[in-house]
Amino acid sequence: MAGTGIGARVTRKEDFRFITGKGNYTDDINRPGQAHAYFLRSPHAHAKIRKIDTVKAAAMPGVVAIFTGADIEADKVGGLICGWMIHSKDGSPMKAGAHPALAVGKVRYVGDHVAVVIAESLAEARDAAEAIVVDYEPLKPVVDLASATKKGSPVIHDAAPDNQVYDWHLGDEAAVKAAFKKAKHITKIDLVNNRLVPNAMEPRAAIGDYNPGEEAFTLYTTSQNPHVARLVLSAFIGIAPEHKLRVIAPDVGGGFGSKIFIYAEETICVWAAKKVGRPVKWVADRTEEFLAIAHGRDHLTHAEMAIDENGRILGLHVKTRANLGAYLSTFASSVPTYLYVPLLSGQYNIPAIYGEVEAVYTNTAPVDAYRGAGRPEATFVIERLMEVAARELGMDPAAFRKKNFIKSFPHQTPVIMCYDTGDYNASLVKAMEIHDVKGFARRKRESAKAGKLRGLGYSAYIEACGIAPSAAVGSLGAGVGLWESAEVRVNPVGTVEVLTGSHSHGQGHETTFAQLVAGRLGIPIENVAIVHGDTDKVQMGMGTYGSRSGAVGMSAIVKALDKIEAKAKKVASFVLEASEADIDFKDGKFSVKGTDKSIDFASVALQAYVAHKFTGEQLEPGLKEGAFYDPTNFTFPSGVHIAEVEIDPETGVTTIAKWTAVDDFGVIINPMIVEGQVHGGIAQGIGQALLEGAVYDANGQLLTASYMDYAMPRADDLPSFRVDHTTTPCPSNPLGIKGCGEAGAIAAPAAVMNAVTDALGHENIAMPATPQAVWHAAQAGLARAAE
Amino acid sequence: MPKVSMTVNGKRVSADVEGRTLLVQFLREHQRLTGTHVGCDTSQCGACVVHVDGKAIKACTTLALSCEGANVTTIEGLANGTELHPMQAAFREHHGLQCGFCTPGMIMAAIDMVNRLGYDLSEDTIRHELEGNICRCTGYHNIVKAIQAGAAAMGGLKVAAE
Ligand code: FES
Ligand code: FES
Repeated sequence: MAGTGIGARVTRKEDFRFITGKGNYTDDINRPGQAHAYFLRSPHAHAKIRKIDTVKAAAMPGVVAIFTGADIEADKVGGLICGWMIHSKDGSPMKAGAHPALAVGKVRYVGDHVAVVIAESLAEARDAAEAIVVDYEPLKPVVDLASATKKGSPVIHDAAPDNQVYDWHLGDEAAVKAAFKKAKHITKIDLVNNRLVPNAMEPRAAIGDYNPGEEAFTLYTTSQNPHVARLVLSAFIGIAPEHKLRVIAPDVGGGFGSKIFIYAEETICVWAAKKVGRPVKWVADRTEEFLAIAHGRDHLTHAEMAIDENGRILGLHVKTRANLGAYLSTFASSVPTYLYVPLLSGQYNIPAIYGEVEAVYTNTAPVDAYRGAGRPEATFVIERLMEVAARELGMDPAAFRKKNFIKSFPHQTPVIMCYDTGDYNASLVKAMEIHDVKGFARRKRESAKAGKLRGLGYSAYIEACGIAPSAAVGSLGAGVGLWESAEVRVNPVGTVEVLTGSHSHGQGHETTFAQLVAGRLGIPIENVAIVHGDTDKVQMGMGTYGSRSGAVGMSAIVKALDKIEAKAKKVASFVLEASEADIDFKDGKFSVKGTDKSIDFASVALQAYVAHKFTGEQLEPGLKEGAFYDPTNFTFPSGVHIAEVEIDPETGVTTIAKWTAVDDFGVIINPMIVEGQVHGGIAQGIGQALLEGAVYDANGQLLTASYMDYAMPRADDLPSFRVDHTTTPCPSNPLGIKGCGEAGAIAAPAAVMNAVTDALGHENIAMPATPQAVWHAAQAGLARAAE
Repeated sequence: MPKVSMTVNGKRVSADVEGRTLLVQFLREHQRLTGTHVGCDTSQCGACVVHVDGKAIKACTTLALSCEGANVTTIEGLANGTELHPMQAAFREHHGLQCGFCTPGMIMAAIDMVNRLGYDLSEDTIRHELEGNICRCTGYHNIVKAIQAGAAAMGGLKVAAE
């Protein structure tokens, strides 16, 4: 089995259906008699709804029904929720405004849901939506993040009269003050973490279906966590009790966080299916995705670092203002707080840290977790600070990092996290070697000869994955536990189905999870099927995000496999007529110690079901075990990325000339898949640094609502990447896995901006460093040099 | 409603369609060939690429009626049973896909690239030619490798056949 076990580059089991066009995405599903939903969205960023006149629209051809916020209210459909309670410095709970699935009385961003038209065809629904007359009273919008809480600003939610959601902090303010008093040098920096649109290539989609005979609903949806969707739709929104609501997330075309959340559209589809007595299907077009999917990032930060005379960091003070948009999305409140400040220690020994975060409402799309969620923002702060500080101190940025690296583990940071293991120096040294940092000076001279500016930037990131120990996050305000479940069902012929609460939407679980199971049981990988994404099959689960499926999801499978092995040994002991203690299990064979008596796994499975060799009093028949795994700590993947850029000062175009990544993900199940995750993450991080940015105008209109205006990274914007690893196994889970899904997106923005500012010779440029911005910066630099 | 007829993956098909029906709708909704995807509404992402009379086009911006009499190949028409087209095989071998949503369009665009530019494609050429196809998952690294290998494999097949 060496060819497919842990560590093997197994090609993916799921690929055949995708490369032959046989994938089964939500939009590929059609239910008999289905009608189509189209959402009428607000054209205003902020307006009162005086009246909605649907009379004419309702009479249009093909229209089945039109619903507005009044119908939602009449049916007492609960509002969308935010599942993480944050308390402000003064102890008061965050101020969450109501979030109805269809607007009631007021709209709060362009794209807000005003009405839904359900018709025989999408075209007819769209036509009828045009005929709905909404009498709006436009209000002044709040768009600018910096001034959102200014006195006299328009009020978005009555619950938050100054547009502030919370004013939160973490860390020891007094200790930080004392550290700054002792400092020899203080580095200060102002940063914008630009707003991004996740842009999974599959737009969201949903089909609600109602079976009146069984009084049961089915929702097909593009979800990263169907069980959480069911829990929220059931317990909070009140569609139906859980046993009457089945949620299916079939093949999902990418998520990056944006498909974690429970949105208005799927809520309406499932609710409306019963109202109209037909399945209701909705598929977002790309414009709708830009307008109404949860965006990511959007921070303004001022940060200061105190450093002593020996170049050692004494303290860190970070003050951030986070834009949460017009409503609190499902996990919005946790992203700029507990997923952010606890990561500000980076890979460094920083004795005192104090983080303050003010989260605000604006009349823009809700903001929530996007690949990395809080951790890219933290890495951007600390890694830009490290680079700038080194430059100010006249130190080599790599040497400055080395000096401050944490070197002994476990390491308790001043901001909650206890890093279990790592070797930060090893990653840096290896990355510098692979990258040929020594040759950089020569390459820079060559670029200069060609009239180009060359720069090199490091990013030594850390992330907290394996989310998360349930009791720990519970004490921090989480509304759910973050364990994972698994069930291993061995069939009488020895094939195996593994039901997991994790969800795969590009990560390749059908392959990596099968590698684990096949290796452990000594059976061919073809004999293992991974089942996920259906609440009727998998009893409960927490889904996939935060690079948790390896560290948490696979650990649950290990626990279930332990039980399978124990039970199978019992069966084998009856068959082989030996004592259980004498049974060994290796390479798919149960054998009796010191004899040549053995039986293979498939035969034991059969014996477990025919149950002829033992009595019911001796052993239960069957071979099926389940497990829940709750992590005991976060995991801490880390690594070093080195970006090398070349800038053409004439055009402002930045080219990524070279990229090296050395990551420590602990034990790796399938290096091919892990490298793919790193590539994709880096691309998204480079996108953030150089290309992408969601821009609203002063009226709250989204100016970047299509691929014509929002610059997605394309193949010719990117280089090939050099990706390598170091390994310190994670001590807190049975497989030693740390997680890899977000690393690239976390590391890359700081690496790029450190390289760009190195090339330009000054720090004054924000993301995205577009050719226009870079051109201005380069020209200003050249002018200064000429003076 | 006007009627449109065309050959899709070697099969003669026809249907009554609205004037505004797009080729991608005709394929997905009328023919139930759901391998061709829709990822945008501005003809930018390439998830919808199919071949019409041997050339790659974006099915999201082509009216079904304009394909009267045409010969259309979709992702479903590439493999011969379980025997994959070399470009499909290369995408699997080189891990050129993650979520799989952009993949059909990528593969169709890649084959068209080979048809136009030959079997020996440089990394630069491939990156440049992929301008009309967006992937959010892979960072393109392995897509580029897959296309290079797939192109070479197509060349090898051609040589073998000759
Ligand atoms: S769907 Fe055709 S280009 Fe995007
Ligand atoms: S594989 Fe997901 S978009 Fe390309």
